[in-house]
Order: sequence, then C-alpha cells, then structure tokens
Amino acid sequence: MKYNSVFDIIGPVMIGPSSSHTAGAARIGKAARNLFGEEPKWARIYLYESFAKTYKGHGTDFALVGGLLGFDTDDPRMSKALDIAKNKNMDVEFIEESAGTNHPNTARLIIGNDTDEIELVGISIGGGKVEITELNGFELRLSGNHPAILIMHNDRFGAIASVTKILAKYEINIGHMEVNRKDVGKEALMVIEVDQNVDDTVLKELESADHIIQIAKIVS
Amino acid sequence: MFRTVKELVEIAESENILISEVMIRQEMDVKNLSREEVYAQMEKNLNVMEKAVEDGLKGVKSVTGLTGGDAVLIQNYMKEKTPLSGNLMMDAVSKAMGTNEVNAAMGTICATPTAGSAGCVPGTLFAVKNQLNPTRDQMIRYLFTSGAFGFVVANNAFISGAAGGCQAEVGSAGAMASAAIVEMAGGTPQQCADAFAITLKNMLGLVCDPVAGLVEVPCVKRNAAGSSLAIVSADMALAGVTSRIPCDEVIGAMYRIGKQMPSVLRETGEGGLAATPTGQALKEKIFGMSVSKE
Repeated sequence: MKYNSVFDIIGPVMIGPSSSHTAGAARIGKAARNLFGEEPKWARIYLYESFAKTYKGHGTDFALVGGLLGFDTDDPRMSKALDIAKNKNMDVEFIEESAGTNHPNTARLIIGNDTDEIELVGISIGGGKVEITELNGFELRLSGNHPAILIMHNDRFGAIASVTKILAKYEINIGHMEVNRKDVGKEALMVIEVDQNVDDTVLKELESADHIIQIAKIVS
Repeated sequence: MFRTVKELVEIAESENILISEVMIRQEMDVKNLSREEVYAQMEKNLNVMEKAVEDGLKGVKSVTGLTGGDAVLIQNYMKEKTPLSGNLMMDAVSKAMGTNEVNAAMGTICATPTAGSAGCVPGTLFAVKNQLNPTRDQMIRYLFTSGAFGFVVANNAFISGAAGGCQAEVGSAGAMASAAIVEMAGGTPQQCADAFAITLKNMLGLVCDPVAGLVEVPCVKRNAAGSSLAIVSADMALAGVTSRIPCDEVIGAMYRIGKQMPSVLRETGEGGLAATPTGQALKEKIFGMSVSKE
C-alpha cells in the first residue's frame, strides 16, 4: 500500500499553492537538512522540468529553502524563507536545468558548510509526499515521511545481519529497507525506514557494529 | 486493513459502525495511537479548514492576480438575491472556492487530498453544517469518512493531477465529500459508497490543464464543480438512487482513464485551457522571459 494513514489523505496542513510544488518542496529541503545533520551554510539547488518551469509561481524556491531552515509545511514563515536565509548568511543559488529527468518534479540539492557537503536528489510525487532518490551518488528510495536510519558500511558478509539484530533486540520494526553499493566489497549504504524514532543508545550500538562506517538518523 | 470500498462497507455493516469509525479504528491500529490522539490530529486539520474558509470569505488575492475575490461575490449575491440553485449549494460553492483562493494566495490550507482540490471537503462541510447542525465530533468524523474513501482511491488509483488528471484530484475530493455528507445526514455505509460512485462517475475524464502550470485557473472553479456535484450525489443516494457500476469499479475506470491520458493533459500546463490563446497570453504575462526559453 502506497498510503497507510488517513492523514496522508486529509493533510498535510500546508502553505499553498501546490501540494507537490510547495509542500513537497519543503519536505525535500527538510529531508536534506536532516541528512546533513545541521543547518547548511550554503546550498546550490538544481531544478528540473516542471520545478524549473514554474518554481517562482509556486513558491518552490522559498519552500525548498524553508525546508533547509527546518520549517514544516505549515510554518507561517515559509513565504519569507529566502529573506530569513539571507539574514542568516545562508548562501543560496538556484539553477534552472534544461535536462530531462525521470520525474517532472525533481530537485538536486548540494548543501554544505565549511568542511562538509552532501548531494541529493528529491522528487515530489503528489499530495505532499516526497522521495529522496539519490544521496552522494547512491540510488535509494526514501520517503522522508517516516523516521529512517542511513548506515554507511563496508560491503562485507554479516554487515546487514549485525544491524538488523540490534534493531530486533530493541523491538524496532522496519517498514522499508534497501541496500546499495558502489561496487563489490566497497562502500555501501543501508537505508532503513522504521515506524518510530530511534534513540541515541540504539544508534551508538549500531555505530559499533561490524563493518559500519557512519550513521545518520532522519526524524520524521 | 481495508483495500477496497467493498471491504470498507462490509466492515461497517458487519460491526454495525459508521464508515468514519472504521477509519478511526484503523488509524489507531496502524499508528499505535489512542482515540484521543487520532481525534486531536484531525481536529487540528478541521481548525485549519475553518480558518481557511473564513479567510476566503473575507476576500484574498493571489500573487499573480489570476484568482481571488469570487467567494465574496457569491456571498454578496446570496445576501441580495435568492440563488437559483439554493442557498446551501451556493454557500458550499463559495466556501470551496474561498479555500482554494486562500491556497492560491499562499495561505494555510489542509490538503484534501491535494492542495489543488482542498476546497471540496471543507466547502461542503461548512455549508451542510448550517442545515444538519452537527456536533464538533460529527464534523471531525466527516473528515474521517472523507479520508476513508480517499484512502482507497490513493492506494488503488491516484489522487494527483500529474498522475491521473483532475478527475483524480477534484474528482476524488468531490466524491469523498459526497460520502461524508451522506454519513452526516444519517445515510447508510452503502449509501455513502453510492454517493461517492455517482460523483466520481460524473468527473471521469476530467483533465488537469492549469494555466501557466499554476494551481489557480481553472482549479478554483473546479472546486466549485466538485462541491456542488458532491451535494447533488449525496441527495440522490439519500433518496435511494444507487450506482449501477460498483464504487470500486468506478475507481478502476478512473485509474485506467488516467493512465490513457496524454501527459499534456496531466498538470504540465501544456494542453487544454493552458493551451488556449488567453491561457498562453496569461502565462507570458506571469513568467515573462522564461516562456521564450521553452
């Protein structure tokens, strides 16, 4: 089932005008911020197809930045997000891309600070629901509507089992899980969407599991 | 968990409960929440809808200037004249349009099921309310009933114009409102399903062709169509009229039609009304130079 809650249908509460171009854009921005782990100092945002053609009329630009600032879809500051970012000295650049993509409402975000950066691709699939389809070169499918754990690990025997064993111990239910690797035996990424937020003790234990390099958490 | 309208109606009938109650119990079960928590979340949505209707009736204008103010015109007309289609009907129409005018003006709304179709459910609710005098509890239930039917559509077809045309958006929204009106008026679960089916049948094939790709023209007035049809279908079902084609098969037809619809008629702003000379001229006026790049 694509939708499992009545609040996917009656909701979200949002600043208009478009659930996919505005609310969805804000959720992509917020997912990017959560993946980066803090508020970025700068952002380069590439817009494709429908996003590129109509972003100003729909407020896709301020919604994406509002998400980067941590705003929810119904935050009254949403339409002022570009000014707020400017006052915080967040350096934001929008680039309209003419290249085609698989989905009409697509944005590629490269965000960072003085030392780190991440690159991700988000799509807005309708009714405010979004998916993150690419992270630092890894393909994935992450809704951003559920809490999730992203685990960078080495592609070795037992890496996945060591993670799922810990989740089972803490009775954390997995809603969706996928694994993607750059090459056999190289760096790989586990994406695990769970039903409830995962607390830090679980994350610490996961971090020390076999073959794990780095862990990031997304709270919904 | 119910997957079809048939299952939804069967659960309600066999347990002798309302459609809204089936949805509430499922939500509690899926999200592991108490009844109070589920209710509180829906009441928050109801409050947002109420505020949007109020704002719309005060009069708003969108950034582009394409939409706004029509809800006020209708309310004024109702004060001065007797509407041919009746006060309740025009009240619903103005409140549905008002909600979408607020949406176009970047105000706060609750997507039901999307932003572009957000007027149908609250528009009908706050109009029917004046005649049926529901409790706050029944008004919250109205949203759960709407959501139960929308849930089936979203999982078996689609609810966005980009995916399935306006039939998927305003068609679903108007049909959801029909079912909720029937429950509030004391109809049976099966009558809710019939009302839903009758509205959606009459929305089949409706394309998504917004001028300049924006959620304004014709979206605001399509919410008027969805909400008025919702009331007519609810009355028909309450009178005992049934849908010859079962509800789930109507949803299936909507899905197939959406799949057959060319992309120019699915929210790209390239076909239909968007492609008319006036539609093109408005686009050029709004986006200026960006038009010539395409």
